[in-house]
Amino acid sequence: MWSFLHKLASPPHFYGLSAKMIPWLYAAGLVAIAYGTVAGLFYAPADEEMNDGFRIIYVHVPAAFISMSAYMVMAVGAGIGLIWRMKLAHAVAAGAAPLGAWFTFLALITGSIWGRPMWGTWWEWGDPRLTSELLMLFLYFGYLALRAAIDDTAKADKASAVLALVGAVNIPIIHFSVEWWTSLHQGSTLLKAGGPGMHPDMLYPLLAMILGFVLLFAALLLARVRTEVLHRERRTRWVRKLIMPAGEAA
Amino acid sequence: MPGLLKGFSAIVRRDLLLAWKRPGDVLNPLFFFAMVASLFPLATGPSPEQLMLNGPGVVWVAALLATLLSLNSLFLSDFEDGSLDQIILSPQPLPLLGLGKAAAHWLLSGLPLVLVSPLIAVTYRMPADIVGVMMLTLALGTVSLSLLGAIGAALTVGLNRSNALLSLLILPLAMPVLIFGARTVSLAAAGDPVAAGIYFLAAYCMLALTLAPFATAAALKISNE
Repeated sequence: MWSFLHKLASPPHFYGLSAKMIPWLYAAGLVAIAYGTVAGLFYAPADEEMNDGFRIIYVHVPAAFISMSAYMVMAVGAGIGLIWRMKLAHAVAAGAAPLGAWFTFLALITGSIWGRPMWGTWWEWGDPRLTSELLMLFLYFGYLALRAAIDDTAKADKASAVLALVGAVNIPIIHFSVEWWTSLHQGSTLLKAGGPGMHPDMLYPLLAMILGFVLLFAALLLARVRTEVLHRERRTRWVRKLIMPAGEAA
Repeated sequence: MPGLLKGFSAIVRRDLLLAWKRPGDVLNPLFFFAMVASLFPLATGPSPEQLMLNGPGVVWVAALLATLLSLNSLFLSDFEDGSLDQIILSPQPLPLLGLGKAAAHWLLSGLPLVLVSPLIAVTYRMPADIVGVMMLTLALGTVSLSLLGAIGAALTVGLNRSNALLSLLILPLAMPVLIFGARTVSLAAAGDPVAAGIYFLAAYCMLALTLAPFATAAALKISNE
């Protein structure tokens, strides 16, 4: 177990292993998303209140799920990198941040589109989930901006890791405060979208979509980390050998 | 251990003395606070109902922005004249010294804001009994903001273009303080119970007091290596 982790942390080994994993992740993700899309759009029964409008849930909820998980991946990577000084973990955090920001953006856009027919407005400050998703996007922006502002990679890794950990402590508090804030607003009774009791024909496609998004995220993350690793290790021998196979590396 | 308190109080005393010699650094954020607060009536109109409705939010947003303005220079002069190196190298625990910097910052920016805020509240026609709640939330909230901001200032010290960057880092993290601070004052204005909001602000303040100095110390070490 430990020797496996040790090996995984070595960049050349990771580079080789991830190359083998990415196609499988894409394939499995594609299958899950294809099933979820077809079953969700054509076979799931229409919602009583929202008719076919609810079907955007099959993009919205998985995107929101990834936007939270990506921050967790980022924070865990940052923590491991900071504590055990593992460079690969910092590369994972660096790769997860822009992906997380994009999935957050997707969740916001789909939430806004969903809100248009349901609430009659593109943006509803009274909805706690939409508002905390917006704050999530701002957290990603801060992280990315800090990373971009520091030229030295090792320093950028550590500084942004501290920020990611501070953010991870704050996220539950931010969610809680946004919920408290909106619970005092009156009249947002329309916002009980989804609800706990979901028909299995609606639920399984949703779970498949979430799984598909997770696999897609994993594949994209590995691809990003691979390029990140190549960039960071550009002066090492194994990268030179990879790029200039025989003889040229004189 | 008496030595621990000595390092902390030395930092606080030094920063207060520096501010005494250069009062502009303390006064400018205060003027900024007053000006931001007076922008809103000018922009949205002087109707009393609207002023009373917006007052708590405006005071809190202005306080948040003024705190951010003063945070930028928290470690800057220490970084430029090399005393930050000495602070980091000193045998005193760095989190405690970072706490001292944050304490001095609060005394120089948070506390004056709390003391000036009744003036703003009066122009917003806030009733006298609400002003007390407002000052309490501001006092608790600005302590949290000073502690939270010290992390951001430590992370961005020595970077170019750090002014906008610091705001970008701190603002999303400061949202809970803003939400609870402003909402609690609004609740008080509406005659509702305010205990929950004040408890939350106090709890957040305690959490920040406990954890933020360690993050500040880590960030200072990283920024200054």
